[in-house]
Amino acid sequence: MEVSARELLIILISSSLVSNVVLSQFLGLCPFLGVSKKVETAAGMGTAVIFVITLASLVAGVIYKFVLIPLNIEYLQTIVFILVIAALVQFVEMILKKYVPSLYTALGVYLPLITTNCAVLGIALVNVQKDYGIFTGVVNGFATAVGFTISIVLLAGIREKMEYNDIPESFKGMPIVLVTAGLMAIAFCGFSGLL
Amino acid sequence: MNKAGERLLNGIVKENPTFVLMLGMCPTLAVTTSAINGLGMGLSTMVVLALSNAFIAMLRNIIPDKVRIPAFIVVIASFVTVVQMLLQAYVPSIYAALGIYIPLIVVNCIILGRAEAYASKNPIIPSLFDGIGMGLGFSVALTIIGAVRELIGAGECFGVRIMPESYVPCSIFILAPGAFFVLSVLVAIQNKVKIAGEKKGKDMSKIGSGCTADCLHCMESGCADRTAPAAEKEGE
Repeated sequence: MEVSARELLIILISSSLVSNVVLSQFLGLCPFLGVSKKVETAAGMGTAVIFVITLASLVAGVIYKFVLIPLNIEYLQTIVFILVIAALVQFVEMILKKYVPSLYTALGVYLPLITTNCAVLGIALVNVQKDYGIFTGVVNGFATAVGFTISIVLLAGIREKMEYNDIPESFKGMPIVLVTAGLMAIAFCGFSGLL
Repeated sequence: MNKAGERLLNGIVKENPTFVLMLGMCPTLAVTTSAINGLGMGLSTMVVLALSNAFIAMLRNIIPDKVRIPAFIVVIASFVTVVQMLLQAYVPSIYAALGIYIPLIVVNCIILGRAEAYASKNPIIPSLFDGIGMGLGFSVALTIIGAVRELIGAGECFGVRIMPESYVPCSIFILAPGAFFVLSVLVAIQNKVKIAGEKKGKDMSKIGSGCTADCLHCMESGCADRTAPAAEKEGE
């Protein structure tokens, strides 16, 4: 499937901002809430997610096109994708550890955390559902992951400031984070005018 | 059969996966735009949970300990695929409404959590009922959340108009932000109960506080001992 630059740009904007993966699709909510205490760690997590999702979209796309379709077993996509993604992340972790130790120290702790993140599997499935080709799928995966990074870093920034606020006892911790995420989701609704 | 009844009650009330353990939050937020969607998602999850629990319990002595997680995932993913095909064939409307979230049942931490915590150590019948109980608890919770969101956001419940004509639906509640607000209030209520319970000296350690890090890994770092998730330690 050939796509024009214009269509790619639309995919970039819509996947990263308009239908943001966390704030409107609710995928990858767990790291979004769990690893957003500090901007630094949030950025690290975001980078790792960009890396893994882009790679996973590529591998899942290739496997879908050259293995599942020729063998006529598209219905096995869920099983195949989850195993491939889990194996891929383990593999990447091993390679980074051996050959690129500097990158490993930067991303290392986050990699196992996203092995089976629902966003990674979700994007692989969305790419198939929307009938994206391999290249478009990779672009879509990258854009989605960038959207994730934007929102997690923003949330971490807000949470750092919120540390000093006086919050009602029962809203401390997760509830106030969820309220913040809700307000961010409202703000992100504003992007729908972009397209 | 006493054991079966106890497992059912445990899943629905004592260890309700949504209201008490706070597991599987991604689907909870995403599909509860209406009561019927919540119910559909809940029941699909229940079927997968019950069948995979029973199957894993059956194989518990065969699966080597080292590869148990991948083995569990394959079992779960197979049942999810079966359920997905059945939904597509018999209830296409629900299939269309739930979309991508049906295959994502695979990464719902309730299922792997139960497989690891219960089914891999117990015989088939109790595991089956444990799955049904947990699944029913999840369905009840999703239906309630869906009903609340639908009532406020559209003035309806199961598609039937309930609010008077003059009520202007607050449509933000069926959009994405509403999901966060509803869950936030839910967790706040849970915190309140927890704080009140701790003051009376009750053991409240079972009550979770939202999923952290990874949907599947939370059962290693969080679900079993949700008070100190690994990810937050790393973050500090």
